Amino acid sequence: MTETTSPPTTAPGTPAPVPARSAGPRLSYRGRRQLMGVLLVSPALAVVTVFFIIPLIMTFWMSLNDWPLLGNHHFVGLANYRRAIHDTDWLHAIGFTLKYTVLITPVLLITALALAFLVNRSGRAARAFQSLFFLPVVIGFAAAAYLWLYLAQPGLGPLSDIAVRLGMGDRDTNWFATATSGLLLVSVMVVWKVTGMQMILLLSGLQAIPGELNEAARIDGAGRWKTFRHVTLPLLRPTLALVLVFSVAGSLLAFDQFYIMTGGGPSNGTITAVYQIYRTSFINFELGYGAALSAMLMVALAAVSALQMLLLRKSDHS
Amino acid sequence: MNTIADVRRTLPRAAWWITCLCISILVLYPLYIMLAQSLKTPAEATENPPTLLPHQLSVDNYKALAHTGQVGIWTHIGNSLTVSIGATVLTILLATLAGYGFAKLRFRGSGVLFFLILATFMIPFQAIITPLFSILQSLELRNSLLGLTLVYTTFQLPFGIFLMRNSFASLPTSIEEAALIDGCGFFSAMTRVLLPVAIPGVISTALFTFFTCWNEFFAALILVTDETKFTLPVTLTVLASNQLGTLNWGIMQAGVAVTAVPCIILYLLLQRYYVAGLIAGAVK
Repeated sequence: MTETTSPPTTAPGTPAPVPARSAGPRLSYRGRRQLMGVLLVSPALAVVTVFFIIPLIMTFWMSLNDWPLLGNHHFVGLANYRRAIHDTDWLHAIGFTLKYTVLITPVLLITALALAFLVNRSGRAARAFQSLFFLPVVIGFAAAAYLWLYLAQPGLGPLSDIAVRLGMGDRDTNWFATATSGLLLVSVMVVWKVTGMQMILLLSGLQAIPGELNEAARIDGAGRWKTFRHVTLPLLRPTLALVLVFSVAGSLLAFDQFYIMTGGGPSNGTITAVYQIYRTSFINFELGYGAALSAMLMVALAAVSALQMLLLRKSDHS
Repeated sequence: MNTIADVRRTLPRAAWWITCLCISILVLYPLYIMLAQSLKTPAEATENPPTLLPHQLSVDNYKALAHTGQVGIWTHIGNSLTVSIGATVLTILLATLAGYGFAKLRFRGSGVLFFLILATFMIPFQAIITPLFSILQSLELRNSLLGLTLVYTTFQLPFGIFLMRNSFASLPTSIEEAALIDGCGFFSAMTRVLLPVAIPGVISTALFTFFTCWNEFFAALILVTDETKFTLPVTLTVLASNQLGTLNWGIMQAGVAVTAVPCIILYLLLQRYYVAGLIAGAVK
């Protein structure tokens, strides 16, 4: 891969620049520059090849094999894929992941948009609130999940205490008892942790809109809502598309929050697609089948990426 | 009329303040609980209903972290620092070299290679974790901090290379040529003339890589199964499962605080670069 260039005069081992210069200064200068380029790029390429390109190709090869952790693997063709489309556990995991994505995406987007409008002002106070609302983003998903796991503990947790004081529930209500309430609780945690990220992105989109446009709309007699609907929203579309795709891709890959907060339970009701891949490959050690599930997930994510490009390109031309 | 106009002018301002302050409380409340719970005495931490303010501040939970699990929290902090700093340094080094190569020293096929590296943005590592596990196993890098560092570096590199290439490409070639004419080699041209201008990009990349590696959970959970080599996020699972039944939420939240507080401090100190990098990366 790195041998694509043929330095015209200087061979890699030639140390002295002086004879090269006499052969033809411009050509050897370009040759040396190109060789230098290859040398600078190759360490990064080597790492990406070993830990990304090879695993990527291997995913597809492994998915065509029965591949236990120990012992020999053997070729089984598309058997893993045939098994996957009838595997109720896998289908449930996909269904749950889609449910989570459909639930969380609009909530996040609307909350983030509202916050972005709220803090889109000049002045020290607005900047301080921007930083403050962004704060949970820098905390990892694992730490945030364990924090909320405590907050929502039946009896002990502060949230159940608040619920009791507001007359909304019993102190011993277990919010992890059903898949639906578990999903809602995880979603609240994710909104707390992720909204700030989307807010900042949308804010940068909002601030890129020239102020004169809004003023012109006002002078033309458009009200707040009309200005938002016909001026701001269309101009914000590229940013909205970007945030939307980030959010969908992130939700399709959800794992940490469910692994930590619900453990996939109750009765496997909150197993996501990545969680099911984890269980297949690293609990049951069916690496071949796990690779097949991964390949299916990869195709879904590639579709999301393609959609992103489509959405972004469309908005470039409009 | 006048009073109505006054109210209309001042009310939105007051409403804005009230709304922002209410949201601030919602955002900060969980963080307050994390700190408050970790600073309660072990007895108070298990009280039902929970107390809002710790009656008595105590660092017992933090002290207990030092001897919870097979090895204390200091080893895990060390592991996290090793992996995060290692991956950050490696990413910066490789991304700067490659970014410079891609921006200024074009060679046949460099455009295609750059596109190939950017394409890795589209495929998340969750999707290739199974073969990654096998490859690390056969390289004897599974259960090793070096293996985890290399994996993290790989997945941070595309963003880093992209950012660094853009930093270098935005510089006029004349600056670089002037340095070369003055007798600098490629390397000294890069380090003395070009790198200083690219420093904001370097800081953004470094911050981003550090935060991501410090907080990463999924790969760390799978690729490292030896408890003595756990990074902090995975260590939390040990704190949660250690004495199940008599789970100590004070110690648990102390662990969460040890994981989260460094990120908060680092962010507050360097947020300008963090947000700039975030936006640059997103609008790729």
